[in-house]
Amino acid sequence: MWFFSDEHRMLQSTVRQFAREELAPRVETLDHEEGFNREAFYKMGELGLLGVIVPEEYGGAGLDAVAATITMEEMGAVDASTTLSYLAHTILCVNQISNNATPEQKRKYLPKLISGEWIGGMGMSEPEAGSDALGMKTKAVRKGDHYILNGTKTWITNGPNGDVFYCYAKTGDTKRDISTFIIERGMKGFSTGKKFSKMGMRASPTGELVFDQCEVPAANRVGDEGASVKMMMRNLDIERITIAGISLGIARSCVEVATQYSKERKQFGRPIGSFQQIQERLTEAAAWYEACRTLTYTAAKMWDIGTMTPKETSMMAAKAKLQSAQMATQVALDAIQILGGYGYTREFPVERYMRDAKLMEIGAGTNEILRLIIARQMLGEAADADAT
Amino acid sequence: MDFQENTMQSELRDLTRKFAQKEILPLVEQDEHDERFRPEIIRKLGELGLTGIPVPEEYGGAGLGYQEYIATIEELAAVSVSYAISVAVTGLPQVILNLFGNEAQKKKYIPKLAQGEAIGAFGLSEASSGSDAGSMRTTARREGDSYILNGTKLWITQGDIAETLIVMARTGGPGPKGVSAFIVEKGMPGFSCGKREKKMGCSISHTMELIFQNVRVPAANLIGSEGDGFKVAMTALDSGRVTIGASALGVARGALEVAIRHAREREQFGKPIAEFQGVSFMLADMAVALDAARLLVQRAAWLKDNGLPFSTQAAMAKLFATDMAMKVTTDAVQVLGGSGYTQDFPAERYMREAKVLQIVEGTNQIQRLILGRSLTS
Repeated sequence: MWFFSDEHRMLQSTVRQFAREELAPRVETLDHEEGFNREAFYKMGELGLLGVIVPEEYGGAGLDAVAATITMEEMGAVDASTTLSYLAHTILCVNQISNNATPEQKRKYLPKLISGEWIGGMGMSEPEAGSDALGMKTKAVRKGDHYILNGTKTWITNGPNGDVFYCYAKTGDTKRDISTFIIERGMKGFSTGKKFSKMGMRASPTGELVFDQCEVPAANRVGDEGASVKMMMRNLDIERITIAGISLGIARSCVEVATQYSKERKQFGRPIGSFQQIQERLTEAAAWYEACRTLTYTAAKMWDIGTMTPKETSMMAAKAKLQSAQMATQVALDAIQILGGYGYTREFPVERYMRDAKLMEIGAGTNEILRLIIARQMLGEAADADAT
Repeated sequence: MDFQENTMQSELRDLTRKFAQKEILPLVEQDEHDERFRPEIIRKLGELGLTGIPVPEEYGGAGLGYQEYIATIEELAAVSVSYAISVAVTGLPQVILNLFGNEAQKKKYIPKLAQGEAIGAFGLSEASSGSDAGSMRTTARREGDSYILNGTKLWITQGDIAETLIVMARTGGPGPKGVSAFIVEKGMPGFSCGKREKKMGCSISHTMELIFQNVRVPAANLIGSEGDGFKVAMTALDSGRVTIGASALGVARGALEVAIRHAREREQFGKPIAEFQGVSFMLADMAVALDAARLLVQRAAWLKDNGLPFSTQAAMAKLFATDMAMKVTTDAVQVLGGSGYTQDFPAERYMREAKVLQIVEGTNQIQRLILGRSLTS
């Protein structure tokens, strides 16, 4: 992007090299076997990527949302699964602790999360509360200097393999009585339930978090009781901006592979790139990718400059995420189509890109929820009006 | 053309649906994971008379038409595209031999295929000859009363388990006119399978590389005359496109049913998600596209059954139905959200299966090429 600083460009080339050397060699096997590239997280820790937007005083790199989005695009271009786990760790857990926790909590959790010794995750969705996040049922009841948590979180990225979870639970009866707790693996009454087998993002473990009379020290509550909704929603914005970076990475690789193939593959005595059907798909993909890239990095830049209202930033984040996700899925489908029979086999990466891309339309707010959010902003009360 | 299915068509549809629900559905997820094909399913389908629907009774078939055939294929695909394709591909040698084979060939090969006692395959594609079928390199050299086949075929559905294969090889000069069609039997010396493709979906259905090293095929196994191969292949592809269109109907319908059920049962914000227009309009569009595609596929089948030209209509049906299936299955995953992305629900499998239908039996780019040419020539 034209507004990248020298620091951004350096970061871009560092992460690109990291992805090529540390992620690329293992991605196919990990995808097939539903593994997890644990080693990559130690390396990311060494490179300072795990605390990319955490202030330097807490051991972070002190960079901005544009930088975080760059890391997502560069890693996402090679291994979207590991990138998704990285996002859950860095944006959903580390960044939330950095933004909202007390100095004591930060000192306790951030160093090991930022070094890669611990893997982090976030617990919001529940079986009956997906798009309707505020409909969550997990309850936390104060008992002396502890809270007792009961409930189940589901579709939690890094659930099966994480050490620390930034979790939301109800501490009152209204929809907005939501509080936050830092949960550690090994806490009494806390377990991780089943691991999901997924269509894509298979090297990013997804599972359940189960709270059964789980005792959490009151010292692990983040922020005031019942005051988490705003923090939760605010973090969705940076989640959506950065996850759009993963869509960009996937799409970029699709365009690269399909372009290369179209130059090399010959049918009817000429490269298939000489057929206008192929040219149409390639050029539309490239143009849509660039449009989404501009939209996404602009949203990140708006977040960083902070001169827009939170609502405006929120809308840009939602629009960037919505468009980039649809773009990545379509571009990946088209890449398979250009590669034909080869594209359907696991000898080429495009079928994996497509399986991974579909999650972009579901995670961090489905397309439908993002449209609802944007519609509410555009239409106000009319968006939710019933027939009278 | 009648908009209502006749008794035979609906009976076949019911029979196949019941069989697929009982015999295939319980196994399909695990078998897809294990890449396990069960030949006994084809045998049982054969016992029900479902593996030779469009060939004459005198050769062991059901003596029915493509309108009946597509009802069966659709029902199989609604549960498993892999088995729908297996039946369709077992049908290809039967249809080819019935049209182009001599009496001895028909008598020798069709009955076993039609009754599910043998599995069929069709070998056309090669590594550098996919869409451009006329450029194939596999050769067949005449030697006495035999032909000697040499070369490698790629992406051959069930090439490893098929007993009877129709294989295209070059007997003459370059281009389509130099191609001939042969009946190859499993176990012929020099004929072996190479690698099995690791695929995105349809893993029950094995996709094979076939290797021919000095394979001696009796001259009696030449179909038609030397040089007829390309015509045979293109006719087979025309028919194949109708069955691939029917497979697309099945997988899309399966996905739509899952999506409708989920939209009615899943509640968010205190009401079933079906009450949100973002969801219900998606379902509406899926249903419209599915029915439009079904009409195109049925038209192609009707034309074929009535002995009318159907090549263009088959290309239209294949193109539209498979693009529809891709969209409908992708949207079904979307309606199911996080659940749709997991393997606890079949939506993601349908989506992975749908993609192959846009590629096989002529990629959809080739269909557009055919249609573009036929419109302007």
